[in-house]
Amino acid sequence: KVQVWILSECVSLFQVNVRDALNQAMDEELERDERVFLLGEEVAQYDGAYKVSRGLWKKYGDKRIIDTPITEMGFAGIAVGAAFAGLRPICEFMTWNFSMQAIDQVINSAAKTYYMSAGAQPVPIVFRGPNGSSAGVAAQHSQCFAAWYGHCPGLKVVSPWNSEDARGLLKAAIRDDNPVVFLENELMYGVPFDLSEDVLQKDFVVPIGKAKVERRGTHITLVSHSRCVGFCLDAASVLAKEGVECEVVNLRTIRPLDVDTIEASVMKTGHLVTVEGGWPQYGVGAEICARVMEGPAFNYLDAPAVRVTGVDIPMPYAKILEDHSVPQIKDIIFSVKKVLNM
Amino acid sequence: CVDQLLEVSYVLSQGCSLHPFSLFGSVLLTCPTAGLASMVASSRSYADFTPEKVDLHRLEEGPPLTATLTREEGLKYYRTMQTIRRMELKADQLYKQKIIRGFCHLYDGQEACAVGIEGGITLSDHLITAYRAHGYTLTRGGTVREIMAELTGRRGGIAKGKGGSMHMYTKNFYGGNGIVGAQVPLGAGVALACKYLGNDQLCVSLYGDGAANQGQIFETYNMSSLWKLPIIFICENNQYGMGTSVERSSASTEYYKRGDYIPGLRVDGMDVLCVREATKFAADHCRSGKGPILMELQTYRYHGHSMSDPGVSYRTREEIQEVRSKSDPISMLKDRMLSNNMASIEELKEIDIAVRKEIEDAAQFATTDPEPPLDDLCSHIFANDQPFEVRGATPWTKLTSTS
Repeated sequence: KVQVWILSECVSLFQVNVRDALNQAMDEELERDERVFLLGEEVAQYDGAYKVSRGLWKKYGDKRIIDTPITEMGFAGIAVGAAFAGLRPICEFMTWNFSMQAIDQVINSAAKTYYMSAGAQPVPIVFRGPNGSSAGVAAQHSQCFAAWYGHCPGLKVVSPWNSEDARGLLKAAIRDDNPVVFLENELMYGVPFDLSEDVLQKDFVVPIGKAKVERRGTHITLVSHSRCVGFCLDAASVLAKEGVECEVVNLRTIRPLDVDTIEASVMKTGHLVTVEGGWPQYGVGAEICARVMEGPAFNYLDAPAVRVTGVDIPMPYAKILEDHSVPQIKDIIFSVKKVLNM
Repeated sequence: CVDQLLEVSYVLSQGCSLHPFSLFGSVLLTCPTAGLASMVASSRSYADFTPEKVDLHRLEEGPPLTATLTREEGLKYYRTMQTIRRMELKADQLYKQKIIRGFCHLYDGQEACAVGIEGGITLSDHLITAYRAHGYTLTRGGTVREIMAELTGRRGGIAKGKGGSMHMYTKNFYGGNGIVGAQVPLGAGVALACKYLGNDQLCVSLYGDGAANQGQIFETYNMSSLWKLPIIFICENNQYGMGTSVERSSASTEYYKRGDYIPGLRVDGMDVLCVREATKFAADHCRSGKGPILMELQTYRYHGHSMSDPGVSYRTREEIQEVRSKSDPISMLKDRMLSNNMASIEELKEIDIAVRKEIEDAAQFATTDPEPPLDDLCSHIFANDQPFEVRGATPWTKLTSTS
């Protein structure tokens, strides 16, 4: 705990890493509403494959923290059925790669049901787990699913970056009466952030569908989500030394996309670079650029909008190859300078 | 006719060898080996799938040896089955007139399953099935009017025209599901909720012989057994998954055994009493906390897989005709009631007339009710949300979604 004096006010800040933020959010929501429960592989006695659910089984027991066999299609379907019948399940995929086994249940059973039933059958479910690239886990365990799930009406898709995002968005997701795809990032789990007392209040939620401007700037807008937000901020620090002030927008939510915040920023700076870990084709950045083209912000662009993305290949294993498969800070800096014609 | 309680006793015989012969007039048969007077609820004389006995899997004993059919129940089952029958035939007509579009999977022939199952559970229990769902929508509390208006895509439809044939819902009825097999884990989830909430309710989760080979069903068998969920798995075996007969799709056609460690039973799905008694037995099993149980109902659909399937390229017209003449569920119940003086021919005719009128009125409504308003296009995306903008077909078309 750190006490920081801002003006004449003392603000207590608590260091909480993303894993603990998620853990505390789930703990508080389990306590708040008896209908909430968690199921997935290793979530109970193993304390979670990535320890995100550490301590929850000890506290809440077998009824509310359920270890499943390795049968994603089956247990995702069971989770959705439980939501049909009035419970509020949190269904964990050990990584979002494994959700492909169950994607029919997420899309056809969860996302579309409220619409098909003309409002008779809501589906209050959260699907969560780590998404995107990790370190050395190779091609089958490194895919980013933001674009795939972000494509589908009936889903809300969120992608937190820091601990405040993780805590607030998970609470919002659990309290939402609709299916939410919650995309975490394994490499962020251990990263600590300072949280104020306000953020640690039990009813603190981050609204789904609202982006956050993490850094104000005037020359160029960087729009990103998840771990890449940190890279954007790092790139912004480096660029600031050269007199370039970047505005960094943390999407927080993939669907619905907060186009208003993006447009307001682009109308201010006149330049746009999107940054994401996923592949370029038909991706999150592609959507952002298309929306900016179609809206009022286009007339304010002084240069074409550009995307920084993962390289368009399956993820290789060797470290040197892996490092060159994902966007690096130098790629962001390079792109900013290109767009600004520096 | 006086209201009378009639014992229609029948044996779901286990171990008695039966002579497969038609029994519509009388329901008494002696069982030579055991020397018992026993009655067989149904037996059909065609060779395809005459069940010679109720088959049990991992069960010491099956459903009870006698069942009681009251006059009231008989009339109710008769009326409901006839309603389903005529509703489906009307849907056939409307489809051919192109007033119903898209997918339409008709249930005629299988009425005894939906009606018998409902007879064995209550409306506070839960049920989920696949796409051949019109009959279940009715037995689960839907009206013919709103079912037909959904088929014709009108605002008075049970899903306001948003769902169509395969996506109809009522209280404790979760559809109507279009993806083969997906409804089975969903049903287990509903059962999990029943156990979690401690409400002594159960979930009936139906699937066909075609779906029975789906991997997710085996995943569901596993978790349901591990966690002792109050779920009744029911395989409606109508002998064909689309155009593929059970022999061509399944290495094992003993669907009641496919649950392996899950106890199972196989009964005649054309006999509403058999279905009812088996369902009651299964429901007791679940409610006593023993976990899942699996029922196979041997049944038959007169129509093809859907309205786009004439249904004769993979089976013979003779076969369809034979089932119609010897095993029709409505005829069987009718004959049983008549021969036991539980109802008169006139009475049943009156029911037929009333049902026809109900269907005609419903069809009239379904063809004259207006289509949903365009304002409804984007509604019902999210529950309990503020209205929000939805992109239309062009960037200039801004539509609104409300909950």
